[in-house]
Amino acid sequence: MSGATVTEGTPPPAPRSIGPWRVGLGQLLRNPVAVVAFVVLLLIVVVCLAAPLYAGDIAHTDAFRSNVTATTIINGHRVSVLQQNKQGLGLGVEPIGPTWNLSGYFLGADGQGRDVFARLLYGGRTTLLIGFVSAVACCVLGAFVGLIAGYFGGVVDWILSRLLDLIWAFPVYLLAISLSVVLLTNGLRLGPIDIEPDNLALPIMIITLIYIPYVARPLRGQVLSLKGREFIKASIGLGAGDWRILRREVLRNILPTVIVFIPLMTALNMLTESALSFLSIGVQPPNASWGTIINDGLDLLYTRPAVALAPGIMLVITAVAFNLLGDSVRDALDPKAKLRGSI
Amino acid sequence: MRNPKKFLLPIVAALSLVALAACTSSGTTGGAGAPSANPAAHEGGTLHLVAASAGGTLDPQVNYTLQYWQLYQGAYDGLITYARTGGAKSEVIVPDLATALPTVSADGKTYTFTLRKGIKFSTGKTVTTTDVVDSFRRLFKVSSPNAGSWYNVIVGADACLKKPASCTLDGGVVADAGSNTVTFNLTQPDPEFEAQLAMPFASVLPATTPAKDLGTTPIPTTGPYYFASYSPTKSLVMKRNTYFKPWSADASPVGYPDEIDETFGLTAEAEVTAVENGQADWMYDTPPSDRLVEISNKYSSQAHVNPLTAMWYLGLNTNIAPFNNEQARQAINWAVDRSSIVKLYGGTSLAQPACTILPPNFPGHVNTCAYTKGGGDTWKAPDLTKAKQLVAQSGTAGQSIGVVVQNDSVNQSIGLYMVSLLNQLGYKATLKPLSDNIQYNYIQNTNNHVQMSLTQWYQDYPAASDFLQVLLSCASFHPGSDSSINIAGYCNKDLDAQMTAADTQGLTDQKGADAAWGSIDKAYMAESPLVPLFTPKLVDFTSSRVKNYEFSAQYYMLVDQVWLK
Repeated sequence: MSGATVTEGTPPPAPRSIGPWRVGLGQLLRNPVAVVAFVVLLLIVVVCLAAPLYAGDIAHTDAFRSNVTATTIINGHRVSVLQQNKQGLGLGVEPIGPTWNLSGYFLGADGQGRDVFARLLYGGRTTLLIGFVSAVACCVLGAFVGLIAGYFGGVVDWILSRLLDLIWAFPVYLLAISLSVVLLTNGLRLGPIDIEPDNLALPIMIITLIYIPYVARPLRGQVLSLKGREFIKASIGLGAGDWRILRREVLRNILPTVIVFIPLMTALNMLTESALSFLSIGVQPPNASWGTIINDGLDLLYTRPAVALAPGIMLVITAVAFNLLGDSVRDALDPKAKLRGSI
Repeated sequence: MRNPKKFLLPIVAALSLVALAACTSSGTTGGAGAPSANPAAHEGGTLHLVAASAGGTLDPQVNYTLQYWQLYQGAYDGLITYARTGGAKSEVIVPDLATALPTVSADGKTYTFTLRKGIKFSTGKTVTTTDVVDSFRRLFKVSSPNAGSWYNVIVGADACLKKPASCTLDGGVVADAGSNTVTFNLTQPDPEFEAQLAMPFASVLPATTPAKDLGTTPIPTTGPYYFASYSPTKSLVMKRNTYFKPWSADASPVGYPDEIDETFGLTAEAEVTAVENGQADWMYDTPPSDRLVEISNKYSSQAHVNPLTAMWYLGLNTNIAPFNNEQARQAINWAVDRSSIVKLYGGTSLAQPACTILPPNFPGHVNTCAYTKGGGDTWKAPDLTKAKQLVAQSGTAGQSIGVVVQNDSVNQSIGLYMVSLLNQLGYKATLKPLSDNIQYNYIQNTNNHVQMSLTQWYQDYPAASDFLQVLLSCASFHPGSDSSINIAGYCNKDLDAQMTAADTQGLTDQKGADAAWGSIDKAYMAESPLVPLFTPKLVDFTSSRVKNYEFSAQYYMLVDQVWLK
């Protein structure tokens, strides 16, 4: 016999229980939809992160500088990326279409002579960054507001709820457009805070602000529900302080919901960012986001549809992937959630 | 005048006709351009025009847009006008409601016209000398845009400008019903007075016309058409004036279509499609860049390209940093790649790089280029090295610059190029696109602290002063006002005095005056208050049924002279 000697009369150690997080992760990994969505997202993120590598070392181009006089080599011939029409009356200038060659202008040029593929990658970085950071900020701030309002109730709840009502009272895009127009004209100058109009922090702040109620409201409801549960009452009975109860009992119970919100809010915020940038009131040129590139491509829709289609397709794939992942995370971590479908 | 599409431009293309003909790719007449033996056979049909938006008030003494100035040609008449024909003759002033060009006194301060008899308004009322006098009083009462800059030389105008409501122009415009004459007395000789009388602002209206901007209410006309209805959100309709009897084929020819309507609210893309499909006969707006190639290649017989006497330019605010520094301003002139901007506008068939403020083939224009690599009379290439040196010497590198442009695709595209260029030069530039409707007024107001703006200027009439004096004189700079056409805010009293002298010289020695204007142009370019970018051309896109296309250098396509049959 090998192994430890079992002492007579000593009970065997209880098997280690598997925590809810590990259960959830296991379910996620067994869900093919979640895996595919995650792999797709990972691929997109990695490719977008490689934007400087493509632009600087492969295509040797500057994605942010107008390059109207640029040339490239197609079929062994050096050609201008913006080509003067020589037929008919000779009116108009057309950017070159996709070369399908990674050494430059893989997806063709835009109206400024810039490499569309390079801008697509840089644009992806921007869109993903704004979408993810604003989603996390929404969830953190929304969770904070929901916790405080739901747990303390009374005047605190009334004030916070009315503030949320105030934001919610505006159609979301109307509020976003209004804030964008004001802030993007002269930037944000508030005491020591001085943010230039072209700073990405501005769209992040705007999108975070308009979507906080979408996170805070359901979380407040969840906290109100938790507040009446026995384990909270037991904690109060044991003399635990409010903040300890919030941190140790309430927050832990709403955390799965908050995590479920992150991918869903990321998809929503990416779309909002793209919409604002498409309207020229989001990311400011020469910075690129998928929304600004679609806007750039609008004027080339008849002749060079790839300029608008490429970022549009990327946006759809990414948003669908985030939503599928979000649904899977919800199924894994919060199977009793009543809310189904996208936010 | 500014944007042909918005604030517009009357234009008298001061291009020589030779240049005009040479540069017009599809000719000044299209389709069945040859005169018909029986023009009446071509009368009839409804001409359908389309535009993105309406042109504002219909009042001819207030409206300052090409969009409606084009239509006024078939509706309103003044004492004199620019000949309503294509080609070189369109730059010639001819008598309209007057029987002949004015008799001018020896001192150049009195102009006497004899009014034609028997002409009627579209209401049936006969035009009298009283209508003429009251029309000029009304011009001041409604605060016509150029009342203070064009018609202020009329005796009594000062009082009218101070108190428009009680304007009488006593001693300034005198009618003699007996001899059927109208006499204008000026405070000083004005070599451009005739040209200004030929503008739509000087249209003769019924004396009973209310002295306020009538907006959407049509005012009776004297020409072949009258305005039957106008809804700025929907459409405008012109119908034949049954009281019209032709009196001058040069000034007020019979129109061919029975009716002309203009529908508003289409995008430029939709306008192109409508014309291609024959649902519309002409689009007012410039075809979008992504449709130009299609128009050029598939519909070349329906596209008419004509040179304009105009300038697209960057205004540099000389009163605030960084462009209160002359070297910084010169750096921009050196750095701008005009050929790139021409590409962004639509290519070499639609624009030519500009080096001077006065357009080519314009009175006073001199072939010279102060800011081109290697020197020479024409622009060849930018000199980025020199520009960077100047920026360094000016000590302005690193400063923030806002570039204010209109939010249409061409303007934004050029603005984006400028942002990129300014960043290359070491500045921190941002693009500030504004709606077409407000950008032009916004960039004029010094309270908005605009540092650099992209805008356009189209001639009102062929005179150097219409560019240099209007755009750069001290008198054109009004701090804090939305109407400060001197966008650069540049005021040089020496050059102002030279312009006044050139104006005066023009009364007796036009050639000498033109040389003086050329020197003044050079002097301004040395100071660089603005950056001329290119001289544009205009594309008129018409349906396949439109024939007899004629392009007037002054009023562009002669809308009512096209044949639909």
